[in-house]
Amino acid sequence: MFWEVTLDLLKGFATTVEIFGLTLLGALPLGLIICFGSMSRFAPLKWLIKTFVWIIRGTPLMLQLVVVYYGPGLLGAWAQELNSTNAFINWLATWEVFDRFLAVMIAFIINYSCYFSEIYRGGIESVPKGQYEACQVLGMTKTQTFFKVILMQVVKHIVPPMSNEIITLVKDTSLSRTIAIYEIIWNAQSFAKSDGLMWPFFYTGAFYLIFNGLLTVIFGKIEKKLDYYHN
Amino acid sequence: MAILEVKNLNKSFGSNHVLKGIDFTLEEGRVLSVIGSSGSGKTTLLRCITSLETADKGLIKVNGNVVFDSENQHKFTKEEIRQNRLAVGLVFQSFNLFPQYTVLKNVTLACELQAKKRSDWRSNKKQILEEINANAKDILAKVGLSEKLDSYPCQLSGGQQQRVSIARALAMSPDILFFDEPTSALDPELTGEILKVIKDLAAEKMTMVIVTHEMAFARDVSDHIIFMDGGVIVEEGNPEDVINNPQQERTKLFLSRFQDNN
Repeated sequence: MFWEVTLDLLKGFATTVEIFGLTLLGALPLGLIICFGSMSRFAPLKWLIKTFVWIIRGTPLMLQLVVVYYGPGLLGAWAQELNSTNAFINWLATWEVFDRFLAVMIAFIINYSCYFSEIYRGGIESVPKGQYEACQVLGMTKTQTFFKVILMQVVKHIVPPMSNEIITLVKDTSLSRTIAIYEIIWNAQSFAKSDGLMWPFFYTGAFYLIFNGLLTVIFGKIEKKLDYYHN
Repeated sequence: MAILEVKNLNKSFGSNHVLKGIDFTLEEGRVLSVIGSSGSGKTTLLRCITSLETADKGLIKVNGNVVFDSENQHKFTKEEIRQNRLAVGLVFQSFNLFPQYTVLKNVTLACELQAKKRSDWRSNKKQILEEINANAKDILAKVGLSEKLDSYPCQLSGGQQQRVSIARALAMSPDILFFDEPTSALDPELTGEILKVIKDLAAEKMTMVIVTHEMAFARDVSDHIIFMDGGVIVEEGNPEDVINNPQQERTKLFLSRFQDNN
């Protein structure tokens, strides 16, 4: 029984890691774009982005999952009932519920890129104005200034908060069972339902702990590597 | 011909009129000190000449090139402003070294980026980089930091950091070197080493403009002194006259505060 459970939980954990990895892959760069938007000198864009970040950070990820998953289908059904001849309404009427996994990825990537964008912003704003001015009087272009001087300092500054957020992401993947993604918690729960076993639930903790332990070691190494200087 | 020409320079921040018509010229190889209390506009003057701020009105000419002219509608492109900046070097009060790079890299970085624009960069890359490195090492030796090439700024004393930042500015071979209160962030016992470096540069006929609170130093090293107050030049002349025998009441009042130190 133990091996059967282990194997099943491992299968679930593969999905957990998949959600984790794909979210990072999407949210790390998208966060940078949102960050630049929120720092834009064009006020309407800046406030649009800031409002968006406020909504995403101000509501539970679980709710966002439900909205992304059911939202398009509900909108489509509503448009169908209108029986309109309007082309736009007709187009809306073709909307259906997303694929479950796609819905999870959309919700997670958007949610995490908003958090990342705020961490990036903090990192960029922590670089003193004098660094930019030194680059200016040395005749560097804006691109050279960012990539040769600013970026490294930002990276050093954001590693601790980013490692925090990334470890939270590992655990947040369990929220995807809300829309019936077969990740590790879902699989453990199915043992409770079918065999009345509770221990597989507790067992999942070991998987999370080992994975996060690994991440902690990696981030510790990165921090140490960047520790050769301080500001 | 004057290497630096400033005419009727005006600058405001909001309703705060910081520079109210500054006029002066500086000949090549000369050292000019600008003295005055905080808020008199000294630093703003430096920042306008080095294009960190854009003046509102007036004319600035560096080595014959117009870098700012409110009469002429010509809008400087970013590239032109960058080119103009290469003619001037600026040493900051707070050093502003790049913390992630070694002393040597701090000095060579901007030169390397500049060299990438050279037409022979691709074919001659290795030799160009070697020249830049050798030049940087020479300059660092001159400021007494040959032993610290591979150190990081955080491992150096304030005086050493400021000497790196002087070396960094010198490596770009500027026509004029500007100092914005180069010793104000240093412990009194460390100011001497910076002042010595500046004196050595003066002996080599480097054209310099120094904003400073070190009166004795200003008197000893400069060829000309400007005393600023409230955004105007109140008094100027040769160092002995201005420091030892000021004519204006405001200059006397300002200098009397330093009497104990001299």
